[in-house]
Amino acid sequence: MNILVCVKQVPDTNEIKIDPVKNTLIRAGVPSIVNPFDGYALEAAARIKDKDPDTKIIVMSMGPEQAKAALKECVAIAADKAYLVSGRKFGGSDTLATSYIIANAAKMIEEKEGIKFDLLFFGKQAIDGDTAQVGPEVGEHLGLPQVTYVLEASVEDGKLIARKEVEGGIEVISCATPCVATFTKPSFDPRFPTIKRKLAANKAVIPVISDEELVLDETMIGLKGSPTRVKSTNVAQKKSGGVKIAAETAEESAAALYAALTEAKVL
Amino acid sequence: MNFHFNEEEQEILGMLEDFCKAEVGPKAAEVDENERFPEETWHALAEMGMAGIYFPEEYNGAGMSYLTYIGACEKLAEYCATSSVMLSAHESLCCWPIFKYGTEEQKQKYLAPLCAGEKLGAFGLTEPGAGTDAAMQKTVAEDKGDHWLINGSKIFITNAAFADVFVIFAMTDKSLGNKGISAFIIEKGTPGFSVGAHEKKMGIRGSSTCELIFEDVKLPKENLLGEIGKGFKVAMTTLDGGRIGIAAQALGIAQAAINEAVKYTKERIQFGKSIWKFQNTQFQLADMQAKVDAARLLIYRAAQAKEDGEPHSHLAAMAKLVASETASDVTRRCVQLAGGYGYSREYPFERMMRDAKITEIYEGTSEVQRMVIAGWMGATK
Amino acid sequence: MEALTKDLLVFVETNEDGTAKNVGIELLTPGREIATKQGGELAAVVIGYNCQAAVDTVNAYGADKIYVVDSEEYAHYTTDAYKKALIAVIEKYGPTSMMLGATNNGRDLAPRVSCYLKTGLTADCTGVDLDEATGKVAWTRPTFGGNLMATILCPDTYPQMGTVRPGVFKKSEPVAPHAEIIKEDIHVAAEEIRTSLLEVIKEEGGETVDLEGADVIVAGGRGVGGPEGFETIKLLADAMGGVVGCSRAAVDAGWISHAHQVGQTGKTVGPKIYVACGISGAIQHVAGMSGSDCIIAINKDADAPIFDVADYGVVGNLFDVIPALVKEMQ
Repeated sequence: MNILVCVKQVPDTNEIKIDPVKNTLIRAGVPSIVNPFDGYALEAAARIKDKDPDTKIIVMSMGPEQAKAALKECVAIAADKAYLVSGRKFGGSDTLATSYIIANAAKMIEEKEGIKFDLLFFGKQAIDGDTAQVGPEVGEHLGLPQVTYVLEASVEDGKLIARKEVEGGIEVISCATPCVATFTKPSFDPRFPTIKRKLAANKAVIPVISDEELVLDETMIGLKGSPTRVKSTNVAQKKSGGVKIAAETAEESAAALYAALTEAKVL
Repeated sequence: MNFHFNEEEQEILGMLEDFCKAEVGPKAAEVDENERFPEETWHALAEMGMAGIYFPEEYNGAGMSYLTYIGACEKLAEYCATSSVMLSAHESLCCWPIFKYGTEEQKQKYLAPLCAGEKLGAFGLTEPGAGTDAAMQKTVAEDKGDHWLINGSKIFITNAAFADVFVIFAMTDKSLGNKGISAFIIEKGTPGFSVGAHEKKMGIRGSSTCELIFEDVKLPKENLLGEIGKGFKVAMTTLDGGRIGIAAQALGIAQAAINEAVKYTKERIQFGKSIWKFQNTQFQLADMQAKVDAARLLIYRAAQAKEDGEPHSHLAAMAKLVASETASDVTRRCVQLAGGYGYSREYPFERMMRDAKITEIYEGTSEVQRMVIAGWMGATK
Repeated sequence: MEALTKDLLVFVETNEDGTAKNVGIELLTPGREIATKQGGELAAVVIGYNCQAAVDTVNAYGADKIYVVDSEEYAHYTTDAYKKALIAVIEKYGPTSMMLGATNNGRDLAPRVSCYLKTGLTADCTGVDLDEATGKVAWTRPTFGGNLMATILCPDTYPQMGTVRPGVFKKSEPVAPHAEIIKEDIHVAAEEIRTSLLEVIKEEGGETVDLEGADVIVAGGRGVGGPEGFETIKLLADAMGGVVGCSRAAVDAGWISHAHQVGQTGKTVGPKIYVACGISGAIQHVAGMSGSDCIIAINKDADAPIFDVADYGVVGNLFDVIPALVKEMQ
């Protein structure tokens, strides 16, 4: 199996704070991390490789030069090789343009490596954008079937067997390959790198696929290729605080709450 | 002097920190509360290649510096002291003496699986009547021609119930006092060798601390570690290194307590402002941080000396003396800063205080460290 | 593609029993508003098998036109079949804008469709309106873990598409059914569907956690202290006829399964009543439940940020307050 895992370097949204005076996001000092959902995708690939050591895992990220750090982390964890897709012309792309670039970059990596990808893995969404669109859109550009919200994946008889999270339970789905799968949080924790892999990853050379090498229809990439426009952004407004009950005893508090809820016809 | 972490070492410690944040820290209170040995943490550390950080790759070690290992002990202790001592007892007290004194066969047979993390190590020196006075060994190894016959017992043995390989000490010739002590390697499951009850402790409660019992244990001749009668030296040089690991453990606990205290005092509002804003709080924490950093430098100096193969007994003793007493002092003061919440098990301060205390006691009490330091002074000044 | 009408199209997802999923009906409310503002009609597309019940519901909630794709191959959702059907309807009728529920299936399907049509899609919206300056739909959505609200336009391509979070909009009052019902005969050959369903596993113990559909959710967090603490949470959930939810901290600690998790890395919910017990109120959690009609917080830390979003807050130990509250309710 040849697996492409697409990852994004994102700011750790857990660390983002709001400037109480300017009412804007404070991004300075916020660490950059591998999007956690992409980490689950990588773990899924690693688990497939655990069973079949001939599996080749390639990670790809589209982003600035700094995203190499995220790619190195993936190499330290499980990837055999990493590619960075980077170029000024790619900037300003929304999900449609981004997925078009990634789909074409995937084809270019196939050529460079002389392989065909059987599986294209993505996190279900990135924690900065939360769109959950890039994976399925890459699938659409490439005409591949997909399974989204996957918890665990394995390969049987050349098919992807995916445990997919649905409302109220799990569906086990068999999907023809090549295909796209997007991953959500599984019940297990992704593995950590080993010292040896970490040291090797530091020395890993990460080829860059630039906008000069990957020549694409310019009406399909960047701002021109992006049908959506951000009109405005605002810091999310907090709801103003409501009724706060802090009576002497729990019984009194509970009674006060019950009274308030019945009065407001909530109950 | 050069004791800082290079880029590679920082990467490895950063990776360990990520692991600690995700896996070790969140479980520390539960491990303490339930007195549960965090076996899964051991396996995860082993997976990451942390079971033999400073041992050569030919024995499955990671081939990193001793300083990196000390940094790892420190980092683990910041999140969970129990996990730190689990690793340091394994590496400092079991892997190291085998690496230093073992034959090539012993290294292949024991050190390689220990460093690979397939086996967990422990060290058995202390006995009911032989604590600080370690030469008073009652455990006896009789030469029976084709094997050693071992009888006796050990107490307070770290990792005991989960360890696979033990480095132990026994008298091979009582008449010679400490020159009659020899070191042996013994495996779990050897007939006659059993692990006794779990010790109920004040701190590092997840650590598996038990008695070892030897009843007519027949040990193959080749399980002697080092030369006959040189066991006391094996023990003492092993502890010289172990002390740096324990000092690092104390350092990690102390630093964690300070970090938590800064966070807590910033959030805690009394008299209409965060208690961090009171100068008493700031001065106390500033004093604590200065002392902790002083201890840190002593520890890194001792680690560097060991790395460089220089005499380091006294340096390790100073590092452990200062670091452990600092940790006890700092954690006690952090409990006080957090007041009632500091005393409550809902916050980590009281656990850190309990965990810190042992660092003044095991692998040589503070009094032993003073003896070592004074001994060095008497001989050299 | 070009818009052929000024209509707004709502995709109404069906359940396996042929009824409509709530979110599709909810979307008729903002759908009507936008359709009117953009000068068109409110159209709905119902895809499923034996789904007359869904069609009737959509009709009762005021759609002007209902495109019905009712055939066996749509009995169970598959990306390939639904994509084909939906694209066929869109290409045939050319709506100006289109909404889908931001359910797992909606978010699986929408990007395939928008990408095929080379149009813009805005994910997981919590607000929709018509932008006066441009006459385009203004899609508002949380981003950066709920820290930021972004408003997105799709100025040049059609249909302007968005998935909208369940629970954000309320069903309108039923009206006299008046829809023109248009049956679409669209079929998908078995070999065109490249996935197959092997097995359905309900949540452990046969229990299903339908957080998105629940009217009442009682959720526990770090303050619950352990798996046994969730018994107390369940006590209140049962008393209120609700389901048990939780924060990420409780899942990470291994006290309860991820299926119960509300928040950025869990489910986004919008029940009538959300009771947060021992949940501090990290923004990632709040992002998943702030759409609830009424938020009740029980927390012993009076400064916990959860109180900033709660309509009713009780400062106290949940293990004391909950039994007392259950007693009150009885």
